[in-house]
Amino acid sequence: MTYDAVVVGIGVAGLTAALRLAEHGRRVLVVAKGVGSTHLAPGRLDILGYAAGGQRIERPAAALGAFLAERPDHPYARVGARTLSESAEWFRARLGYVGSADENFLLPTALGAVKPTAVVPPSAVGGDLRTGGRFLIVGLQGLKDFFPALCAANLQNAAPVRARAVELHPPLGGEHDVNGLGFAGRFEDEPFREAVVRELRITFAPGERVGFPAVLGLREAEGVWRELEERVRTRVFEIPTLPPSVPGIRMFESLRSALRAAGARIVVGDAVVRARTSGRRVEAVVAEAAGRTVEYSGESFVLATGGFASGGLELGSDGAARETVLGLPIAGLPPHGERFSPEYLGVQPFARAGLAVDERLRPLGEDGNVAYENLYAAGATLGGAEPWREASGEGISVATGFAAAEAIVQSTAR
Amino acid sequence: MSSVRETLDHCVKCTICETFCPYSKATPLFPGPKYVGPQAERFRGTEGSPDYSLDYCSGCGICTQVCPQGVKIAEINSQARAELWEERGIPLRNRIVARPSVTGALGTPVAPLANLTLRARPARWALERTLGIDRRAPLPRFAGRTFQAWARRRRGPQAASGTVAYFHGCSTNYYEPETGERVVELLEHNGFRVVVPRQGCCGLPLQSNGDFPAARRYASRLAATLDAAGEGAPIVSNSTSCSLMLKREALEILEVDDEALRRVSERTYDVCEFLLGLHERGELRTDFQPLPLTVPYHAPCQQRGHGIGKPALDLLALIPELRLVELDAACCGIAGTYGLKREKYEISMRVGEELFAQVRDAEPDLTACDSETCRWQITHGTGVPSVHPVELLHRAYGL
Repeated sequence: MTYDAVVVGIGVAGLTAALRLAEHGRRVLVVAKGVGSTHLAPGRLDILGYAAGGQRIERPAAALGAFLAERPDHPYARVGARTLSESAEWFRARLGYVGSADENFLLPTALGAVKPTAVVPPSAVGGDLRTGGRFLIVGLQGLKDFFPALCAANLQNAAPVRARAVELHPPLGGEHDVNGLGFAGRFEDEPFREAVVRELRITFAPGERVGFPAVLGLREAEGVWRELEERVRTRVFEIPTLPPSVPGIRMFESLRSALRAAGARIVVGDAVVRARTSGRRVEAVVAEAAGRTVEYSGESFVLATGGFASGGLELGSDGAARETVLGLPIAGLPPHGERFSPEYLGVQPFARAGLAVDERLRPLGEDGNVAYENLYAAGATLGGAEPWREASGEGISVATGFAAAEAIVQSTAR
Repeated sequence: MSSVRETLDHCVKCTICETFCPYSKATPLFPGPKYVGPQAERFRGTEGSPDYSLDYCSGCGICTQVCPQGVKIAEINSQARAELWEERGIPLRNRIVARPSVTGALGTPVAPLANLTLRARPARWALERTLGIDRRAPLPRFAGRTFQAWARRRRGPQAASGTVAYFHGCSTNYYEPETGERVVELLEHNGFRVVVPRQGCCGLPLQSNGDFPAARRYASRLAATLDAAGEGAPIVSNSTSCSLMLKREALEILEVDDEALRRVSERTYDVCEFLLGLHERGELRTDFQPLPLTVPYHAPCQQRGHGIGKPALDLLALIPELRLVELDAACCGIAGTYGLKREKYEISMRVGEELFAQVRDAEPDLTACDSETCRWQITHGTGVPSVHPVELLHRAYGL
């Protein structure tokens, strides 16, 4: 089948590029070897939380100029401030989120650390720590890896707030091993919510904001959260958990439904292993299907295959690195011995290795010129960023996915 | 060590498979693909399986499709299940439901009686008590004739622009011969000579029920038959589960080492995949008449396992006035023979509920789905008739 655009990868960057292209009326295929990082991440848009020197940023859009002066190879430098803000606004409106590139919320993590984040679901906003106040952090017996006492104690150290913890014991029906998604399903049952509210009312003190692990429903999440706020009569908010991340799954499902509704085709389970090219054009990508390979041809292609962790980039045992579909060269790879620093969360030079692209997000070849005129790249496959130090991961994915789609629309105007 | 088993080292415990598994959501008896797959597999060296929970895996394969690291989770579980049954002994019930070519051949000559019996409450009660086939589960009706008999009598058109070999599978032969007739007629309508070799079962139900030695014999026998048919022409099939067996599963899960099977694997096409390929080359006739029907389409799990997208959507979109709705629920719950079993029937219906609700919401005239057991389950769960996409194409051609 021939498409206007073929997007490889179904993480945030791939979903954004594909949906944006479909909104422009383009016939789009998304092909991915599996589901991306959406199910592991909190389902929020971190744009820029920390400067190159590590200082926390309150206003990402305003801080961008100074940041890029120190990080000239950053994907944001290719995209530009205006597209960054536009993409954030598009993402917000598409998902019914709150916020913008202008200002960061300061939200608690499951460990009670504070996290600057720009665009978030409405159910996260009540956790904003900038205004101080009193917090009640709620644990749920049986939910692993969420410890309300730890969260509350750390929060008191990290922010000018008072926080305490409680663990509730709603009935799990004899089951003992229920993950976050299992809890989300239970929150969609009225008797379960009733049990939660009844127990919560006993300990809740008026004036406290109540933080739950982010498992308050899946499909009916908005209704579940609003109902809890009404019944407890206070601000209720969600704190992201370890995987599976329920808010990430909600976001994925929402974007995927929008894609389907816009007429895009989605194939998950096919690993794209190479491309068929002709001169400076990509003609088709070749995927491993059952029994043989299949080709998906198109006018334009977006590589949103992720970084080293997702297999979009690969580091061989010989120390050489490459992009895995077209064998594109990787920029910014430090020499042996200088790739990693001993401090785990310190500056890791290796992390900034990735594809180098032109101002329209087309990867550069060995000669420094655009490798293929109709090939674009978005998301974690791009070099120049350290997303977890910068708190910029989804921001890069959305901004570059959005910008790649715009570049395709402009270069193939109807 | 098998190539499937080697993939477990790529598991990073991200839990993505667990979030997609429709079966662990429906029953605590199945603790999820990661737990039962790559995690438990590490303990299944020479000791066998640490517990029996993997028998509650339906083999739908969704975990493998969504895994971002390429771990063959469903395949690992399928192989481990076969070892489990080898230790425990395969129950009589599993041996019976796993042999559709045998039950089909036995039931066909006495179809009226067999159909009456299989719909009589005392008989179903007895079947449940003696064999453990749930009395509520959707069993197909014997057609009382076979597709093979029709194909033997058929004289196709003289002139043809190409040849295809047709792999119809057991269900088409014994339960839904009309679907096979539609496939032949619409391939002929598009200028093909259709060769129909005598053929047996692909072995998939045996694989699902843990009898690998028998499954291998069936798969190899079928591969030899199809390899000899049609002189290298494409092999077209309307059963997406059975064709997936030929394309991949017999090689990968059963590890059948057979040159004929390898050749057949590369030649095999799902019928919608094949027709859409024709359309892309401008070779498909598009003289479709309007079909003003609302039809939700469900791509079965094994269809998605082909990795070819959903060609039925693009084909059916060629029919004027057809209101096609793509359903996105994961699984109908039947998983071949899983939902027939007494201890699994209710799980199967819980799994299917999301799909059934989507069907009902669409207020459909019909539903379309590529796999026969899934069609029976969808009709069982919704009361709405379900047809293969070729049925709609055939109608729209006015054949």
